[in-house]
Amino acid sequence: MADVAATATNLPLEGKGLRSASWWGMLCLIATEAFLFVYLIFSYAYLGAQSPGRWPPTGPPSMLLAGPDTIVLLASSFVLLWGVRAFDRRRAGGVLRIALAITFFMGVVFVAVQGLEWRNKPFGFDASSYSAIYFTMTGIHMVHVAVGLVILAALFVWSLLGRLGSRHQHLMLGALYWHFVDAVWIVVFTTIYLVPRLS
Amino acid sequence: MAMPLAEDLRARERIKLQEIWETAPGIYGWFATVDHKRIGVRYLCTAFFFLLLGGCEALMMRLQLAQPNLRLLSPDAYNQLFSMHGITMIFLYALPMLSGFSNFLWPLLLGSRDMAFPRLNALSYWIYLCAGIFLYVSFPLGQAPNGGWFNYVPMTAKPYDPGLNIDVFTLGIIFLGISTVVGSANFIVTVLRCRAPGMSINRLPILVWGTLTASTANLFAVPAVSLACFMLWLDRNFGTNFFAVSGGGQPLLWQHLFWVFGHPWVYALVLPAMGIVSDALPVFCRRPLVGYTLVAISTVSTMLVGFGVWVHHMFATGLPALSLSFFSAASFVIAIPSAIGVFCWIATIWTGRPRFDSPFLFFAGFVLLFVIGGVSGFMTASVALDWQLTDTYFIVAHIHYVLLGMNVFPVVGGIHFWFPKFTGRMLDERLGKWTFWVMFVGFNLAFFPMHILGLIGMPRRVYTYPGGLGFGGYNLVISIGAFIFATGVLLLLVNVARSLRSGAAAGPNPWDAPTLEWSVPSPPPPYNFVSIPIIASRHPLWEDRLNETDERSILGSDVLLDEGKETLAVTALDAEPDAIMTMPGDSLLPVILALGMSVVFGGMLVVNWWAVSVGAVGVAITLLAWFTPRVSGGAERQAING
Repeated sequence: MADVAATATNLPLEGKGLRSASWWGMLCLIATEAFLFVYLIFSYAYLGAQSPGRWPPTGPPSMLLAGPDTIVLLASSFVLLWGVRAFDRRRAGGVLRIALAITFFMGVVFVAVQGLEWRNKPFGFDASSYSAIYFTMTGIHMVHVAVGLVILAALFVWSLLGRLGSRHQHLMLGALYWHFVDAVWIVVFTTIYLVPRLS
Repeated sequence: MAMPLAEDLRARERIKLQEIWETAPGIYGWFATVDHKRIGVRYLCTAFFFLLLGGCEALMMRLQLAQPNLRLLSPDAYNQLFSMHGITMIFLYALPMLSGFSNFLWPLLLGSRDMAFPRLNALSYWIYLCAGIFLYVSFPLGQAPNGGWFNYVPMTAKPYDPGLNIDVFTLGIIFLGISTVVGSANFIVTVLRCRAPGMSINRLPILVWGTLTASTANLFAVPAVSLACFMLWLDRNFGTNFFAVSGGGQPLLWQHLFWVFGHPWVYALVLPAMGIVSDALPVFCRRPLVGYTLVAISTVSTMLVGFGVWVHHMFATGLPALSLSFFSAASFVIAIPSAIGVFCWIATIWTGRPRFDSPFLFFAGFVLLFVIGGVSGFMTASVALDWQLTDTYFIVAHIHYVLLGMNVFPVVGGIHFWFPKFTGRMLDERLGKWTFWVMFVGFNLAFFPMHILGLIGMPRRVYTYPGGLGFGGYNLVISIGAFIFATGVLLLLVNVARSLRSGAAAGPNPWDAPTLEWSVPSPPPPYNFVSIPIIASRHPLWEDRLNETDERSILGSDVLLDEGKETLAVTALDAEPDAIMTMPGDSLLPVILALGMSVVFGGMLVVNWWAVSVGAVGVAITLLAWFTPRVSGGAERQAING
């Protein structure tokens, strides 16, 4: 007879982490989104490698704004981590909401500074293949940040309403998405700002 | 310990579960259902409708090509027809058809009550339907996509193709891609979580392996084509320079991104179909599949190698010899896992006691066509030969042997095999045999001569050809074959229509098959299983006969899960129960979300930011409603007797 001893014991409803379907679902979303960025970076590298002139045409982009902006975005992940831990261990809803608010604010700063960076570019969207891939790659990343901001705001409201019970994965999944958006930025930043300095 | 359940208790449970799982009646239920079986049947019907549509387009082309210098179609109409034929068959028929089978069958095969994300399942169908309509919406205006199914730039750049045609293609493909990815994620999580206890990965039916492999590949491959289409849309509407040489762009970037997606996609169109054959063929050979483990491994390895062969579509584009050699070698290597499958099927027939029922004919026919399509693929994997054959009718012959031979024949065989499970009625056996022979003869008459046409130099995608080149005779035979093949499809339709009304009652297991879907009534009740079965082998219904071990599966266990809409979740490898999943009920959110997305894509098509914004806000609100946490009860419970 099949080994089914486990059916006789208590089973969690939904389950957490590896034991929850939603965790795997979020992982699938992250996998496919990650590949979108893989193909963006492939396109960047392909256009760069095949480009007859200098790449980027106006020289490596300045890190004056993007450098600090990167630090803001990465730091926001740690703030979120702090809030989620406090909530997981002590059900500290107040701490969680403070962390969510700070993370949200840091995300807004990131998008605002990126917007400034866009405005300061001496070239438009339709100037060259470089401008096309630059605006597209950073633009798609910014859309991801914007989605992350909506998620953070939703988590804040749900937390206020007391809807984030112990059975729910929403907080963990939202945080996972935010960390992913931050981690992807490291790769995008390296591609656009660091690699041109190396070559 | 799980035990069998008494019969009177089971009768009571049926009523209780029916109330919990049944979709609401009426129009509301029609739009709101999340039942995987209803969604599966919808997928099958919609995909079949697109097959007929694509088939009609093919027949119009075959009329035009039947003789030299005919003028039934204008060059422009012909371009739109062959483009829509390819797009329809490859994007709107081939994969959605297989998704239909998998949607209907997976939970039944796996011993679960539904897919992991039932609402997501409905969403992927509604998006598929909306994207299909989107791709066809400009057809009556004479503005349908006209750049072929792979839509090469610079031909499809704005200056050379100024209409809406290509924008419909790019946005339609991105839209459809969302459906594919959403569906794929659902399949992957379903196989990881929603199985019966004991359904460990070495007991999964091959159809599950095939769809799982295809789904994983889709997750990684679809973003490539979505990105390429997005870039082309930007190039065409905002003057960017991804592909325009004048601005430093690279036309070949399109080909790379398209085929990085396109080749794995081709395997996604055949691996689940091969899974259908691997599961159903042995039933008619009265023995288990030969080499289960080998077939499962070759399924996965085909896809792994399949990610490294895309350049064989680009041999004639002037890439460096080193690159061509690598991709040529990889394309040869892929013959090995394919051959393993073929030999396993042949060995299954050889060592079994074949019963020549209509599904068997389709599956055996598939093996033969697979070999022919495989050999012509092997030939074009050689760079030297490919340079001669590329863009000729030889390639058209190859793709049709692959996609009809390896997708349509298993699919039609699968329809004959599972029709009783879908509907509770048998298809007519005599008509089924006629269907096979008419389709098989028509198919080979239509597509085999294309090999020769290609070898004597007829290029593909020309709307007509001059007389005196020796093409006319072959083309006439091809056109006649195409109409014979279409007659076969018509016979299938007649058979389905007649059997729906007056077919013989099927009973739960008309073919005496071994897998779980045949242990439940035909058609299955909304909850699939009265109690969650507990699995001890690959062939739960053949255990007494095969007597491989002393262990026996328990089909009527006392694992009821009847306190709500629930199913069991198990560990990924060994399938030991580790959680109870609560399932969502009927919901209009999926259809609303798909409509919201349609507004976004429609707005993008006419570059109207108001429409895009309205759609996007609608999508965001729907998603928030979707994910709002429900107020919850306790955190854990026993599975037995609720």
